[in-house]
Amino acid sequence: MSGETGVNLTLNLEGLLCPIPVVKVSKAIKELPIGGVLEATATDPGVLADIPAWARTTGNEVVKIEREGKLVRFSLRRLK
Amino acid sequence: MGDSTDGVTLIIISGDMDKVIAAFSIAIGAAASGKETGMFFTFWGLKAIQKGNLTGKSFFGSMMGLMNRGGINRIGPSRFNFWGIGRWMFNQMMKAHKITPLEELRKVAIELGVKLIPCEMSMEVMEIKREDLIDEVSDSCGVATMLELAYRSKVTLFI
Repeated sequence: MSGETGVNLTLNLEGLLCPIPVVKVSKAIKELPIGGVLEATATDPGVLADIPAWARTTGNEVVKIEREGKLVRFSLRRLK
Repeated sequence: MGDSTDGVTLIIISGDMDKVIAAFSIAIGAAASGKETGMFFTFWGLKAIQKGNLTGKSFFGSMMGLMNRGGINRIGPSRFNFWGIGRWMFNQMMKAHKITPLEELRKVAIELGVKLIPCEMSMEVMEIKREDLIDEVSDSCGVATMLELAYRSKVTLFI
């Protein structure tokens, strides 16, 4: 396990469309300890809105979410 | 269902592919957000949880089973179905855009713990037996059970 700011798990969601990215994120985050960070890449532009919405609903934190060309890169911290 | 008060209840009366896709997508999203999620299938909606064999015992029941044959891969879109050509076209388009197929969506919903509940009365009327439904469904029930789920939900949708 890397430190508090390090990434504990990475997830490739490229090519996946709604509702699968949210499913994979919800499953993956359960593998982390509280405070753990999940980093993921996706190509579905819908995740720009969906991941923050999912985080608000589940009480987790979006550390960052940004678009790099066709790729969306985001990281989430497990709070619950 | 447990005793949460912010669950999601979906009532699926439609047996159309597009509406069933929407229903399963919503259910999956809710379950992935940690909400207790139940899907209550009634009338044409039952097709989405049928195994796909022929059903019915009486003359009318068997006719219904033949003309309204269930099975998640047999249902067509609500518009432009054209006796199955539309369904084929839709599936091709979904494949091209890498959308998760309907059967896979149902599998994911089951994995996430979404409850699939068949309506007893519709099963009686349409002569659909428990063994005509996929194994993963819960016991069939009526409106009181569906309402109990809805009272405990913050979101209830009729699809």
